[in-house]
Amino acid sequence: MPRTARDVVFVDGVRTPFGKAGPKGIYHETRADDLVVKAIRELLRRNPDLDPAKIDEVAIAATTQIGDQGLTIGRTAGILAGLPQSVPGYSIDRMCAGALTAVTSVAGSVAFGAYDVAVAGGVEHMGRHPMGEGVDPNPRFVSEKLVDESALFMGMTAENLHDRYPQITKQRADEYAVRSQEKAAKAYANGKIQQDLVPISVRNTNAEVGETGWGLVTADEPMRPGTTLENLAGLKTPFRTHGRVTAGNAAGLNDGATASIIASEDFARENNLPVKMRLVSYAFAGVEPEVMGYGPIPATEKALAKAGLGIGDIGLFEINEAFAVQVLAFLDHYGIADDDARVNQYGGAIAFGHPLASSGVRLMTQLARQFEEQPEVRYGLTTMCVGFGMGATVIWENPHHKDAGGDK
Amino acid sequence: MSTTTAELLKGAAELFPDEVVTSAHVRHLELPYGAGRFALITLDNGFDHTKPTTFGPGSLANLNAALDQVEKEAADGEIVGVGLTGKPFIFAVGADLKGVELLKKHDDALAIGKGGHEVFKRLSALAVPTFAYYNGAAMGGGVEVGLHCSYRTVSKALPAFSLPEVFLGLVPGWGGCALLPNLIGADKAVSVIIENSLNQNKQLKGQQVFDLGIADAIFEGADFLEQSLIWTANVLKGDVTVERPEIDRGEAWDQAVAKGKFIADGKVHGAAPAAYRALEIIAAAKDGDLQAGFDAEDQALADLIMGGELRAGIYSFNLVQKRAKRPAGAPDKSLARPVTKVGVVGAGLMASQLALLFLRRLEVPVVLTDIDQERVDKGVGYVHAEIDKLLGKGRINQDKANRLKALVTGVLDKAEGFADADFIIEAVFEEIGVKQQVFAEVEAVAPAHAILATNTSSLSVSEMASKLKHPERVVGFHFFNPVAILPLLEIVRGEKTDDASLATAFGVAKKLKKTAVLTKDAPAFVVNRILTRFMGEIQNVIDEGTPVETAEKAIEPLGLPMSPLVLLELVGPAIGLHVSETLNGAFPERFKVSPNLKAVVEAGKRGFYVYDSGKPELDPEVAALLKQGDSVLTEDQVRDRVLDAVAQEIGLMLDEGVVAEAQDIDLCLITGAGWPFHLGGITPYLDREGVSERVTGKKFLAPGVASVPA
Repeated sequence: MPRTARDVVFVDGVRTPFGKAGPKGIYHETRADDLVVKAIRELLRRNPDLDPAKIDEVAIAATTQIGDQGLTIGRTAGILAGLPQSVPGYSIDRMCAGALTAVTSVAGSVAFGAYDVAVAGGVEHMGRHPMGEGVDPNPRFVSEKLVDESALFMGMTAENLHDRYPQITKQRADEYAVRSQEKAAKAYANGKIQQDLVPISVRNTNAEVGETGWGLVTADEPMRPGTTLENLAGLKTPFRTHGRVTAGNAAGLNDGATASIIASEDFARENNLPVKMRLVSYAFAGVEPEVMGYGPIPATEKALAKAGLGIGDIGLFEINEAFAVQVLAFLDHYGIADDDARVNQYGGAIAFGHPLASSGVRLMTQLARQFEEQPEVRYGLTTMCVGFGMGATVIWENPHHKDAGGDK
Repeated sequence: MSTTTAELLKGAAELFPDEVVTSAHVRHLELPYGAGRFALITLDNGFDHTKPTTFGPGSLANLNAALDQVEKEAADGEIVGVGLTGKPFIFAVGADLKGVELLKKHDDALAIGKGGHEVFKRLSALAVPTFAYYNGAAMGGGVEVGLHCSYRTVSKALPAFSLPEVFLGLVPGWGGCALLPNLIGADKAVSVIIENSLNQNKQLKGQQVFDLGIADAIFEGADFLEQSLIWTANVLKGDVTVERPEIDRGEAWDQAVAKGKFIADGKVHGAAPAAYRALEIIAAAKDGDLQAGFDAEDQALADLIMGGELRAGIYSFNLVQKRAKRPAGAPDKSLARPVTKVGVVGAGLMASQLALLFLRRLEVPVVLTDIDQERVDKGVGYVHAEIDKLLGKGRINQDKANRLKALVTGVLDKAEGFADADFIIEAVFEEIGVKQQVFAEVEAVAPAHAILATNTSSLSVSEMASKLKHPERVVGFHFFNPVAILPLLEIVRGEKTDDASLATAFGVAKKLKKTAVLTKDAPAFVVNRILTRFMGEIQNVIDEGTPVETAEKAIEPLGLPMSPLVLLELVGPAIGLHVSETLNGAFPERFKVSPNLKAVVEAGKRGFYVYDSGKPELDPEVAALLKQGDSVLTEDQVRDRVLDAVAQEIGLMLDEGVVAEAQDIDLCLITGAGWPFHLGGITPYLDREGVSERVTGKKFLAPGVASVPA
């Protein structure tokens, strides 16, 4: 049977404000599934022209799929969000690139013609589910030296990346982190971020944490506007004595959820849904697990090659800031300046936080807003490093660009 | 003002040291869309939803302190609004009844009313708008605290919302009577305050709360609070305007009050004051003078709290809510054996109804047997037809209907039907010889562990078991008609019934969702014995010469659900006669067999009344049958004689140990005969009217149990 691959578009994306994991965090008494459920509901409220019964899939990522992130959360979240029972769902795990993989998975199915429209997102409540909860690594990893022991500890892999690229100093990483905080604060001041946030009601019963009772979260908790180099200089390097990676130049441990609508372009147009980005290509790549932060580079190489594009064609970058060093390694590779205006215009995970499996859709939502503002940019990319040595990249076309949809 | 309120509440709190105190947490938040800083008060008693949040004096003091804080912030321009919500699943369920029970003085009762008002009405007097978010169950004072706010939202998932005060014997006295009609109109307010309350405390769901206009907006449960706060932001910014329909303050208001009175008359016949007090306040609220309404509420609350009807109401509520769940004298439930198949001997109407009940609640195979195939088929056919009715009403789905139908079977051969049954109940003809025969046949084929239960209403369970090899597994399992509706199940322990059998019977009762009361194997057990004595005494005074009308009217002040002779009609004169004959056999000195009743039954009459004119009138044919003496009593004399007889019988039953305590008698009368809360079943009424002391020399209940404590 002859087939034509269909164009896939990013219709819309939202997220919860991100919180700090732990007993003092805003979401300490909030369930993970409730976070993603509320994101899905907001997405549907924002897009009333989308008949929920037409949704072909709900793909939700979580790294630790137990407890309130278990039970096939894509399915349960759909039911809890009030979607018709006829809408199926499943769970996805590619650690930090979970939501990104949810998007590419459903996008592949849309292109193939299996789906017309799907919800893709992710959630990670690192307070309720700390990294490594319940893991049981095969002893052969160590006995056969399949990976270095540091591979399981993301901070150590970041230190390893500093080793590989001695020119990426702690000073550069800190400078990058300060800029991320500045850009994020500016984006907030200009209302760029809030428009895609879902307010979340939160309960606190612990008077030691702050006011008790119900509250409402409308902004990211991890942000540290006004951060200076001096502030960062004195921070501890918990992964290595005299190391370079600190809590200041890395994303923290966070709670949050994201959700997006992915559709065939035809479906979106027929149903009066917005087309915020058009999918061009995507790719995943593996690298040595102990330098997992290198992952975005080969993934981007692959994605560019599949798209027939060069790095020079990319006008906007949304790079997940798990660690400043990992962003800088990418920029160095492509000869892009540390403070290049095309990169992470609204700031990144160092400021907003990085609830592992949810972050991919945050990158996309922000890129979509930048596309709206900058119709002169034709292509952008979202990329992130992934635990156990991987990278993930998605290249998008700006539908607001004059040549969008045409040949390159 | 708040100082005096604080003092008032402090005094009240000292009277109620065991209060589960609700906190009023104040937390600040930024509303969406830059609408400003907002103070949200969360009512939370620190327990999970199984212990709902209530308002006692300490709780009111906490809310008062929270309002002190937000009042200042509002006055200083630090906040743009104040919200009020509850812990997960619960908004607040009103006054703490335990605290009400402890009140001994009119002044203390008045303080509780005033205290609630003084605190709640501050919500309408802040410098900023106030919002109640009904997130979960809201009752009584919980509903009322929200009524004082400027705006309300309600969750679509809210399962229960009511003003149950009149049901218990109070008025919604923290603003409900005055505010609700002024918010939604008198007609709807009367429905909520009077009609629902007197209709077994019917609960509203979230959608109905919105449709009635009590809430200004409704949101789904999944993100109710978020959406409520977003709506709040829109209201405060002026992007959403709340429009409420104009209240009809004309004739419609008076008609609504008249409707309420009609409903109250139909339910309590003037016998309990609460509904009428509530209606007086609603009627007066027509002029919109809220403070006058609040003052009237305070007085009504204090009067009612010091009155016997409320105390009996709370007592009754506790019986059906608490005692019913922990039957007095039931053996340890760990002794109960599993019941995986049920046998029913007989396939007549009663047997078929029992089969349906077991089927629906236990969802295990149920097998009916009878003496010929036609009867068996008819019984199974009845059950199938009832399942189809449930399906048609949408109460069950097709899968469940298929499952239930497949579970019910009928056979002629008891050996085939009962060989693997764990619980076998008989509902055959009320004749001891027949029942003994049936049990002997069942014992021959049933497994050794199977319970043999009898639905007899008046025969001796011990005698029925006496000829069996294993009499220890026989229990009485006496249902009340209509089986699907009346909650009571009298579980009768025979002389030889063992604990395991009894525990199994209680376990089954619980699964059947029945209120089980343990009774001794005494003639006619509890409800039928009291009702028969009660009816018998009425019949006696009629036989002796008092006109039927006088005898009937004499009982009206009790506010029973129906008059004695209407009840006789419902039961059936023949059955009434049969039970009176049984009891006459046991206690001939107290239970007479009325010749007039016998004549009515022999004439084939199904009741004393004809309804040709639309209301009951003595059937002339019955009147012609009556042979009366010449002793004519007044209504008061009739009532004294009847109540004396009832009190005497209850006293004797307690002496005989028919049930554990007077509380069980009352629980039986409430759940098996529908006797009203304001009577407390009956013993609180007999106590407060002085009947118990006159007849037995003492009260049935200690002071404070169903009365104002000493």
